[in-house]
This record gives sequence, C-alpha cells and structure tokens, in this order.
Amino acid sequence: MKMKDKVQPDRRAFLSTAAMTATALAAGVVLRTVAQAEPRSEAADDSVRYGMLIDTNRCAEGCDACVQACNRENGLDLQEKPEGAEDGKWALQKAQWIRKVQVQDNLTGKRTNLPLMCQHCEHPPCVDVCPTGASFKRADGIVLVDRHICIGCRYCMMACPYKARSFIHQVVEKKLTQTPRGKGCVESCNLCVHRRDNGIESTACADACAAEGHQAILFGDLKDPNSPLVKALERIASRQLREDLALNTGVRYAGV
Amino acid sequence: MANALVRGCLISASLAWALSAQAAGGSFVVPGSKAASEKSCVEPTAFMRRNHMEVIEHQRDETVHSGIRATKHSLAGCIQCHVSRDSNGTPIPVDRPDQFCGACHRYMAVRPDCFGCHATVPTSAALPRQPQGETN
Repeated sequence: MKMKDKVQPDRRAFLSTAAMTATALAAGVVLRTVAQAEPRSEAADDSVRYGMLIDTNRCAEGCDACVQACNRENGLDLQEKPEGAEDGKWALQKAQWIRKVQVQDNLTGKRTNLPLMCQHCEHPPCVDVCPTGASFKRADGIVLVDRHICIGCRYCMMACPYKARSFIHQVVEKKLTQTPRGKGCVESCNLCVHRRDNGIESTACADACAAEGHQAILFGDLKDPNSPLVKALERIASRQLREDLALNTGVRYAGV
Repeated sequence: MANALVRGCLISASLAWALSAQAAGGSFVVPGSKAASEKSCVEPTAFMRRNHMEVIEHQRDETVHSGIRATKHSLAGCIQCHVSRDSNGTPIPVDRPDQFCGACHRYMAVRPDCFGCHATVPTSAALPRQPQGETN
C-alpha cells in the first residue's frame, strides 16, 4: 500500500516513461529482427574491444537478475542434477558463468555487491596455460573456449584468478542452439558472443540489470571513444579486480 | 556349374541390395522437413553426401574463432532445414535413428560427435529456452 501511495502522484510521469520504454522496445525488436536476418559474414577484428563497467554502488543486495538472465540466455538453467548427487555438491559443481559476490570492509561494515564473471583479460592466464589452444582470445577481445579442441584438462580453471570457469562433468541432455554444451569441456562467460555475431549490442546480464532499474552493468566497446562505456569510464573512478596481476581486464568495477 | 550359378545369384542379389540401398539414400531426407521441399542442399547432393563433414568442420573454426555465422555451411543451418516435426509440430531430434542424421549414420555405422554438445533440434532465437513448437 505504501508503495502505491508513493507512485500515484507520479502517475503521469510513469505513464510517459512507460510509453517511451514501449517505443524503445518496439524499435529494439525491429532492429533485432533485422540483425538476425543477416548474421555476420566477416571475421571479428581488433578495431573493437568489448568490455563492461560494473557500478557496484548500483548493484543491489539480494538481486540476482543478471545471474538468472545469463542462465536463461546460455541454457545454464537446463542443467540437470546427476542421479544420486548431493544438493550441496551439485550446487558447487554445476556450471555458472556469473557469481554474485559480496565483500565487506570489516572496519566500516560497508558491504559491496558485485557480479563476477570472466574478466576478458588482454593477457588471459587461461590462454597462457592451455595445452591445446582451445582457450583463446578472439580478435575483438572476447576470451572463450573452443570446445572442439578442449580436452578437459582444467588447467585454465586453476589459472583463472576470478574462478570464472566451469567444467561440465556429465552428459548434457538439454542444450541451446546458440550455446552448445557437452561433457568434458570447460566453459565460461563469452560476453554473449552469439549476440555480438548477430549484431545485438548488449548482453543478457546488462539487459536484465537495466530491466530491474539498477543499470549497474554497462556493456560496450572499449576502443570507441564515443561509446557510452568509454564516456562512463572517463567520468567514474573504476578499477580492475586484482590489478596487481597486470592482466588488463575488459571488465571494470566502480565503487570497490 | 551349380556353384557358379549360386555365386552368380548371390552376387546379383547383393548388387541389387546395394543399389536399392543407395537409391534409398536419396530418401534419407525426412518428409515434412524444409529440406524435402528444396531442390538440392547448399551444395550438390552428391558432394554433400561425401563431404558434409569437411564443410561443417571448416565452418566450425570460422564461427568459433572469427565469429562468422553465415548459415550456408553451419550445423545450425543443417538442423534447421533437415529437422522434421511430429503431428503436434514438436521438432524430432535429428540424431534419432529414423531421422536425417541418425538414419544415414546408423546405416554407415559412423557415430557423429556433433550432438555431444550441439542441440539436435533448432531453438528459437527470440525465445532461446523453448525449442520451436515445444512448450517446456
């Protein structure tokens, strides 16, 4: 009831925002359809480098919209618990691309929430250690796994300072066309690479965060000086997680 | 003489069987799939029969490493076109022994590895969780 009372006076503003959002959404749907009609036929190149800025001040405690959206987009919610597996063990074992992390400053008690995923390093340790070349960095800066040549040794999981990678232990029955998944391979966040290749300029997590009204995740091109991402990075103090490792991560955090 | 006759009969019988099997090869395209209404595959049928795996493998590297997703030689394109649907419109997995991939591969006794990771039915891009025509 309280909320309703609050909202009522702003009804007109709300309706106009809703109308604008609807228009924007409709335009988005059209763009998306056009983009999907013509999937990319040229190779990804290094004129772009994809990255994200995550503003932890906007990241809400208890909200896991980005994680849920990622799970849906990439079929992670289709994983099934192996027969006889314990719930606790399965929760630790199943593939997860985004983890919601909370850090606390014990002196002040200040708690900070952040989604943690593959940081898409310029110098990725997972690529350094991969014995087969399955773990690689695409020209546009996306770090991903070529499952065709992954032998499942899991060196990359050991090497990653961000615990970003997961291993698929069991035969996978349900999978999506856009995200193949199979037993014996390692995987992690690929910045919604299928969206990149189909010309959709966002990620599932950023979309979900914006839909929740938090707008904590900003996705874009780090090399485009006019992109909203670069403008935001110029304006807001941000840092890399574990910057001491000099990996030059593509995902930056503000407020940590 | 009798032996030669028997041998001749056996040879002609096996030849006839082989020929009929090869002729049946044309009918591995499952009725009701989009492929059944096409004149030919993305390349001539004879070429595709022998070389489809090379074509897919070439495209696979281009897609994973360079992000090229033109659908002409993509596995997703194969499945989109060759999948058939049951009476409810639910797509039937292409690797089932009576379906396009499964039938021929069973006949040739070759096990494809594609479907260890790749989906066997097309999933809608707009609603990625739901295979087209299925409500789960």
